[in-house]
Amino acid sequence: MTFLRRAAIIVVLLLAGTPASPGSEQRVRPPQFESPYEFPATTAPPPPSDVLEYVDLAVLLAALAAASYFALKRRSRKWLLALTVFSLLYFGFWRAGCVCPVGAVQNVSSGLFDGRYVVPPTIVGFFVLPLVFTLFFGRTFCAAVCPLGAVQELVAVKPVRVPAWLEHALGLAAYVYLAAAVLLAAMGSAYVICRADPFVPLFRVLPIGHWVHAASGNTPGGAAGISGRADLLIPTAVFLLIGLFIARPYCRFLCPLGAILRLLSRLSRWHVTITPAECIKCRLCENSCPYGAIRKPTPQGESVGRPDRLRLAGMLVLLPMAVAGGGLLGWGVSGQLAKVDYTVQLAQRIRLEQAGLVSERTDQSLAFEQSKVSVDKLYANAQAVKAGYSTGSAVAGAFVGLVVVLKLLALSVQRNRQDYFPDRAVCMSCARCFSYCPIERQRVVKGHLPVITKVN
Amino acid sequence: MADRSSRLTRRQLLGGAIRGACTVGLGGAAGYLAAPARAGGVVWQLDPDKCIQCGNCATECVLQPSAVKCVHTFRLCGYCLRCFAFFDPLTSEFTTAAENHMCPTGAIGRKFIEDPYYQYTFDEALCIGCGKCVKGCNTFGNGSIYLQVRHDRCLNCNQCEIAIQCPSDAFVRVPAASPYLFKQAGGSQ
Repeated sequence: MTFLRRAAIIVVLLLAGTPASPGSEQRVRPPQFESPYEFPATTAPPPPSDVLEYVDLAVLLAALAAASYFALKRRSRKWLLALTVFSLLYFGFWRAGCVCPVGAVQNVSSGLFDGRYVVPPTIVGFFVLPLVFTLFFGRTFCAAVCPLGAVQELVAVKPVRVPAWLEHALGLAAYVYLAAAVLLAAMGSAYVICRADPFVPLFRVLPIGHWVHAASGNTPGGAAGISGRADLLIPTAVFLLIGLFIARPYCRFLCPLGAILRLLSRLSRWHVTITPAECIKCRLCENSCPYGAIRKPTPQGESVGRPDRLRLAGMLVLLPMAVAGGGLLGWGVSGQLAKVDYTVQLAQRIRLEQAGLVSERTDQSLAFEQSKVSVDKLYANAQAVKAGYSTGSAVAGAFVGLVVVLKLLALSVQRNRQDYFPDRAVCMSCARCFSYCPIERQRVVKGHLPVITKVN
Repeated sequence: MADRSSRLTRRQLLGGAIRGACTVGLGGAAGYLAAPARAGGVVWQLDPDKCIQCGNCATECVLQPSAVKCVHTFRLCGYCLRCFAFFDPLTSEFTTAAENHMCPTGAIGRKFIEDPYYQYTFDEALCIGCGKCVKGCNTFGNGSIYLQVRHDRCLNCNQCEIAIQCPSDAFVRVPAASPYLFKQAGGSQ
């Protein structure tokens, strides 16, 4: 029966000839009514007011200020946790995740390189505010404001230690991801950070803000239900499960904004310290950090001395080689990256069809046929996109090469350290280590700092 | 003269200089990006002239039912007696019995206006955005029925899930101030 129906539909469609070229012709003349008739208006429910976006921006500013205050001045893990829960509810579930500062990296990239896109001012704000705060206070944005960080912070119940070599190596993946995401957004092909974001689908399960909006306004469509794309929740589950044992896996090894914040946090004017006063080197905080951010002091009586000059010279030689190598590698994989682009995909498909290598048509090729764009024009467009990718991914590759050498350089230069201190790039200002410090405990319990008599 | 310990070290000076440069750079970039910006934001919309009614709008949206629904420009409509957005093209009897409907959810209402004209309206709460009626109207009629992202529902994801899957690249970002791409009588939008 279904076969017959399909066959009949095809016959009917064939008899009807080609589909209407859109909007250009009218097969049926619109009627001239004799009776009085008023054309109904086409309903056009407006998007939520953009005032709401400015409110979000103001809340972001307030949350960043609060996080910096709680971490640096008040030194309270409890308050930071409360703020984390608030951020998860507000920036996560209330705003349904979009546009988050992590994704805004792509909007900014589009705005800078893709002339067709203009970044709305609120998205510029969402991108810039966390960066500025990090320049002054360290990664307090990561601590308690970012909704993606918040959900991971709350599930990190049994963190295990990741070996330092693995931590450093995996951390480089974030820079590769950043370079690729910026490139794809700049080329106007895709927003991969959003597409691959493991946590936003979770926020969309309960789009609270949307329900409130739908209940208050003109909603011919009715309130939206719970997200129906359960398939999108699989990465969420995977990341949350890993996150039980490896704290904040996304933040540490993938987050592209985190990659930028790591660099800026090194320059931060102020930063959280483990102890509120002078470190007594009691070693109690040594293993308290689930992110491996605590650096030990140089052992007593030892000195790391001057860095190995030969090694540094080697690095300097390596630098241009790594940049060139990265660029070359990027140029090499540009063809693969370009396949994400719609035009390139379409051109490849049409080429196959024209060559007679595939017989069946896809929705894409049917849409292309309907668009009446010439095949030559399509090929030329695809070629232009590919050329853009060649240059772009060479630059992106060179950037990754540079980051790798800078990482090696940072690892080979060691300084004499007197105290335990958090590595500014890695530390997320989560305040976990505070309670391990006996001086901090005394401050909290007695309300003042202890008087320390130096032993040595 | 400050003593040595309170003087700025080279490291502090360098850090401060780079930090200052970064702040100025970020401010400049923000200004540059925000300068040409429209007052409001941008939202997703689908270009009805590119749409091929593949059905992805009904299935790919993160919302269920989809934020995409059918709209009708009445001035383009032929008010056909035998509307193939309303009737299954295979039906032999043009009665409003359920088996003759094109719409899987019965969202299209039919009302007699005057001989031989009928008006077709959509119950948006029922519409799932599958585009079956759009295909019928585009194939046999004037194309006055088409799909649009409805902004009372759309979550405005930074990367629209339907846009990823759209075979005709019909999803575009439009200014929030004019968030619809309605077809207008006269052929142009």
